[in-house]
Amino acid sequence: MTEFFQSLGMTYEWAWFVATIAGILLIALPLMLAVAMIIYVDRKVWAAINLRRGPNVVGPFGLLQSFADGLKVFLQETIIPSAANKGLFLIAPIITFTVALIAWAVIPFNSGAVLADINVGLLYIFAVSSLGVYGVVISGWASNSKYPFFSSMRAAAQMISYEVSIGFIIVCVVLWADSFHLNTIIEAQRGHGLGFINGFIANPLLFPLFFMFFISALAETQRVPFDLTEAESELVAGYQTEYSSMSFALFWLGEYANILLMCALTAILFFGGWLPPFDWEPLYLVPGFVWFFLKIFFFFFCFSWVMATVPRYRYDQLMRLGWKVFLPLSLLFVAVISGWLMFTRYGGVA
Amino acid sequence: MIHTIAFYLFAAMVIASAMMVIFARNPVHSVMWLILSFFNAAGLMVLVGAEFIAMLLVIVYVGAVAVLFLFVVMMLDIDYAEMRAGFMRNMPLGLLIALILLAEIVLGIGAYRTGAIELGTPDGTGAAPLGASNIEAIGSLMFTRYVFLFEAAGIILLVAMIGAIVLTHLGSGPARGQQNVSRQNRRRPEEATRNVTPEIGKGIEL
Repeated sequence: MTEFFQSLGMTYEWAWFVATIAGILLIALPLMLAVAMIIYVDRKVWAAINLRRGPNVVGPFGLLQSFADGLKVFLQETIIPSAANKGLFLIAPIITFTVALIAWAVIPFNSGAVLADINVGLLYIFAVSSLGVYGVVISGWASNSKYPFFSSMRAAAQMISYEVSIGFIIVCVVLWADSFHLNTIIEAQRGHGLGFINGFIANPLLFPLFFMFFISALAETQRVPFDLTEAESELVAGYQTEYSSMSFALFWLGEYANILLMCALTAILFFGGWLPPFDWEPLYLVPGFVWFFLKIFFFFFCFSWVMATVPRYRYDQLMRLGWKVFLPLSLLFVAVISGWLMFTRYGGVA
Repeated sequence: MIHTIAFYLFAAMVIASAMMVIFARNPVHSVMWLILSFFNAAGLMVLVGAEFIAMLLVIVYVGAVAVLFLFVVMMLDIDYAEMRAGFMRNMPLGLLIALILLAEIVLGIGAYRTGAIELGTPDGTGAAPLGASNIEAIGSLMFTRYVFLFEAAGIILLVAMIGAIVLTHLGSGPARGQQNVSRQNRRRPEEATRNVTPEIGKGIEL
């Protein structure tokens, strides 16, 4: 994009600056729109599984429901509890929202269509997603209220626990793709399974990891069945209890942007990102970002499907699953996969 | 140009937020400032081209260590006034430690300048191979030349971890509230519930 602005007669520095800003807007604005629509999808899927109609009043098929909700919270008053720690109370939702957005900087939407093409893209996403916990923890503490505090304690423990297994799963994928660079990881999946399936999902050693990653992603984004941080029956609304108006909306948007990010990451790591599902020439006629969005949408549907289907976990079950099941299993897979690659790719013991 | 601005921005922010860690009245605020200074240190790492270290700094320190700090500090009920009171008494010790650290940095830079460290010399010979990415350069050094140190570090961490677990379980007797998961999973509706038709006005025996 820098070349395009340079052709308009700008110097390189200005062209780079304008191109970066344009790229950020080009990602962030559609992302916000996608979040609004995906909330609608979430509610519709949930309603359909519950044999309800879901939102169907505002706009055709209720499509504008999220915008109506957005307008509503926008017009409300921001209430700050008098006992709250004002600065941190206001910063917390901003942190959640910002962190949810900045991770998208390295997501490749097509070959070359990426804002920041950095070498350590996957590590960057991992680093940024590990920051998501701060918004929750700070909001819980700054609210100076019991339920939000319980909720933030739970969130901190939960997110740290599942990050460990996500980390090991990412290591496995990186070992196989031989790179932290997201586009290289996607390219490594071209024709990976039987010569025509694009995606690590067709790899028998990485296939179980996909399920572990999906479940860990549910826990990391605090979706049902791991939504203990906002368990209505126990903690009112968890860390969001004291929030109103835009500060509440920022939590909401950030949460869904994070869910979309996890869906995108699942697509990139196991389903070949912007590659079509099969390595077959006519499929490449469809632009890459369409495949990518279809995959994200499919995984989001799975997220909603899970939400409408399963009951909430108990907290000790959640911790047990994280530390006693996923951690040893993913560690085992790291050992098995690195051993397998050592023998097949790097020619046995050196 | 932009490189210089970024460097001074990050460096100033590191120092300023490190000062605020000490001067903040509220320990939770201190931890937040600490996180900010970690972040800016990561920014400095990116500037010198060590993006792998920068990411590790964010993942390990910001994503895990600082969360635990925050966790502990939030749960503590700290008397701020009492904490302030010890400031003058601890000042000489603090200054001493600061001096020692400063001397170590000066010594380290001096040794580096004279080329006493064979890792890399100021003129660039012996530095990591150009063209190789950060991760490859670190990996090729860590698993060949420094493999014993690397493994020793790993073993020390393992021992520390086992020690912490042992200390946690020491002298607490049999753990209470432990769940037997396989028993819970094996439980079926037939064993947990029963259907009764009690006579009117009688109720049931439990």
